[in-house]
Amino acid sequence: MELLKAKGLTKKYMTKTVLNNLELTLEEGKIYGLLGPNGSGKTTLLKTIAGLTRASGGELKVNGQNIGALSKQEVSYLPTISHLPKWMNVKNCLNYYQDFFKDFNLELATERVEEMGLKYNQKVSSLSTGMLGRLKIALAMSRQAKLYLLDEPLNGLDPISREKVLEMILKSAGEDSSIIIATHLIREIESILDEVIFLKNGQIALEGNVDDLRLVKKLSLEELYKEVYGDA
Amino acid sequence: MDFDTRIPIYLQIMDKIKKDIVLGRLKGGDKMPSVRILANEMEVNVNTAQRVYQELEREGVLYTQRGIGSFVTENLEVIAGLKEEMARELLKNFVQGMRELGYGTEKILLALQEYMEGEQNGTVKG
Repeated sequence: MELLKAKGLTKKYMTKTVLNNLELTLEEGKIYGLLGPNGSGKTTLLKTIAGLTRASGGELKVNGQNIGALSKQEVSYLPTISHLPKWMNVKNCLNYYQDFFKDFNLELATERVEEMGLKYNQKVSSLSTGMLGRLKIALAMSRQAKLYLLDEPLNGLDPISREKVLEMILKSAGEDSSIIIATHLIREIESILDEVIFLKNGQIALEGNVDDLRLVKKLSLEELYKEVYGDA
Repeated sequence: MDFDTRIPIYLQIMDKIKKDIVLGRLKGGDKMPSVRILANEMEVNVNTAQRVYQELEREGVLYTQRGIGSFVTENLEVIAGLKEEMARELLKNFVQGMRELGYGTEKILLALQEYMEGEQNGTVKG
């Protein structure tokens, strides 16, 4: 089933066009990789879907709804930056999410936080980048959302934390929801994606099933990336 | 499992399962793990694991019993066919490599024969 539909989606900041008449359809039950160099519009696209920034033109629907309070309830967004208040400890963060999101599964989140090796009384300000990355993904994936938007979930993380984050993504993937991962770390996500979307100048340069692309092009995603972007 | 990122992941997992069957690690009638467990073991997406079973079923290597799971075929012809397929693949790579070195058909056959004889003598000596 169609989970997201963008028609002629455009976003301008002052004179700069970041999303340019973008067309995109996402289905449910899939893991999408959103790839592209800095400034290609990845974060803007995710923020627009999450309802954190308003499109300048075009149409965008999540699960048949226009972007708004209702669509936000079905979208779980993991930002690049640390969005968790520094003074909170892990337990506070769990409660914070529970207060904020109706679809937050506290029991599941508690289990996952433990799996990630986090302790309740650890303060956000005392967490290493790796541990913070683990906490953020555990929180984001413990919502029962239809669409998960993960902006650079692996950035700056040590190898073990990366592995833990990827495991959590795979484990959380469901039949009636989809996950979009925006990243530069292509090699890490090669084997977990269903589909890939290459963004270029605010438009889709190439998209498709990752294994089908490998079959036709005989290239890895990383090599395909170089083909799409040349020396960008 | 370490994957070659240039080759579709589902094909690589299919090859691994076929190899396990040919080598007798998996036997005719053996029950395969569920799609979720396979995905977990291989650290891939559930859809990729699903595709592995679909394709293997299409090729007659696995069969599915509704609500029970996937099983390895008990058809000996299919299993023999897998072995032949793997042998052909090895031969193809060998011949291709030799051709790249500039060997013609006769020279390849001769080189192979000499190698086999040498190996045999070597085993006798050793």
